Amino acid sequence: MKPYNRPISASWWLSKSSYLLFMLRELTSIFVWAFLIYYLVQLSHLAKGTEKYTAFLERHASFGWILFAVLALVAALYHSITWFNLTPKVLVVRKGEEKIPPALIAGPHYAAWLAISAVIAWIVLRS
Amino acid sequence: MAERSITLEVFRYRPDKEQEPTFQSYTVPYREDWVVLDALNYLKDQVDGSLSYRWSCRMGVCGSCGMMVNGTPRLTCAAFLKDYYPGPVRVEPLANFPVERDLIVNLDDFMQKLKSVKPWIVRDQEQPISEGEYRQSPAELANYKQFSMCINCMLCYAACPVYGLEPEFLGPAAIALAHRYNLDSRDQGQSLRKDVVFGHEAIWQCTFVSECSVVCPKDVDPAGAIQQEKVAGALDLVKSVLMPWGSR
Amino acid sequence: MAKSSNEAFWWSLFSAGGMIAALLVPIHILLNGIAEPLGWVSTDHMRALVSHPLTKLYLFVLLSLPFFHCAHRLRHVLYDMGLRGLQTPVAVLCYGAALACTVAAGAILLSI
Repeated sequence: MKPYNRPISASWWLSKSSYLLFMLRELTSIFVWAFLIYYLVQLSHLAKGTEKYTAFLERHASFGWILFAVLALVAALYHSITWFNLTPKVLVVRKGEEKIPPALIAGPHYAAWLAISAVIAWIVLRS
Repeated sequence: MAERSITLEVFRYRPDKEQEPTFQSYTVPYREDWVVLDALNYLKDQVDGSLSYRWSCRMGVCGSCGMMVNGTPRLTCAAFLKDYYPGPVRVEPLANFPVERDLIVNLDDFMQKLKSVKPWIVRDQEQPISEGEYRQSPAELANYKQFSMCINCMLCYAACPVYGLEPEFLGPAAIALAHRYNLDSRDQGQSLRKDVVFGHEAIWQCTFVSECSVVCPKDVDPAGAIQQEKVAGALDLVKSVLMPWGSR
Repeated sequence: MAKSSNEAFWWSLFSAGGMIAALLVPIHILLNGIAEPLGWVSTDHMRALVSHPLTKLYLFVLLSLPFFHCAHRLRHVLYDMGLRGLQTPVAVLCYGAALACTVAAGAILLSI
């Protein structure tokens, strides 16, 4: 009597919202990679001098490039938020019989994120 | 008062009669307090005695009655008809497993994987009886208790796309079980389990979809267990690089 | 055993890169991807900042580990989308690309 096999469909990740959100979370890495390449190219122009650098920045002020940056930002934010929210699953801290509540694991990560971002912004934006 | 009813679309596979499975539609009485398992038992008792499926305790502790209900792995003894009314309710065997007959799946792969993680207390040296029992504080128990609650219902395997794509994947319940023993203060077998748990077909295949933990009826959180084992695996690598003379 | 310790290594890079990307990428997109092109940042100030060796070190961390994070994720996305049969070529492609980007980052930062 032959058992019947039901192979998983290639579009399995479209069949359920939780699977789709998972796939979108993973695909944020494409945007993160793309932005980091963009930043690398920007730095290579910075190395070539103020003229080339300014020209690069002007070229990338177009609607298309700003849209790319905004989409990359949305993707990066989704990565950050899903990442920090998962930290309590990976980092389990016990006090005797009790487990430290998830918010106290994720919370400090968010706090560090905001603090570091603020410091970097201050360093860059101060004249 | 007119009696309400609900339709069940049930997966049928009779290998002695057919090559391909079919779906059979049945109408069962709708009762507020019925679960899908009650509907299946009604069907078998009153309508179609040929329907085959597994069940036992009907109260969510034995792990026998796992099936796909409207595409989600559920314990049918815990899936209330009122949550699916007016239906129809599609009942299929657990995904990612070969179907033996109707709603019954082949468990062999799962059983073999459970055994492969050596799910028992492993000691370098058994403590002599004269020294009494292995003592464990409530805090030491708390370390692994969550992961010991698994009822082997296999809903996590049905939910896991990695297992669906890669049948060699060790899977959520087996890894959570290994983690349960690795965290047990009485156990000294972590290095013995390494080959299997830190092997290529084990924790590293997991991409943290987390659907296993979402469907688990006992809140075992196998996804968490797997990530914690990944950390252990990474630390093990660091140790083996920094201290290659270390034991085993 | 080699196979499994390889995986532990790539996962560790993925983990470290993921934390760095989570903490640093959003603010850099805001500053370097939006604020700078729109002229809200002084280019002289930026050039002076980036020329500092500590900044270059910081930027190298930002432009290395996250590449390996993304490579590991994309490798598994390709597996999850059905390319499991091409295990080794996919892994080589992904990590190879990350390595290439890291080397390029090192070269560019040294040239500043």
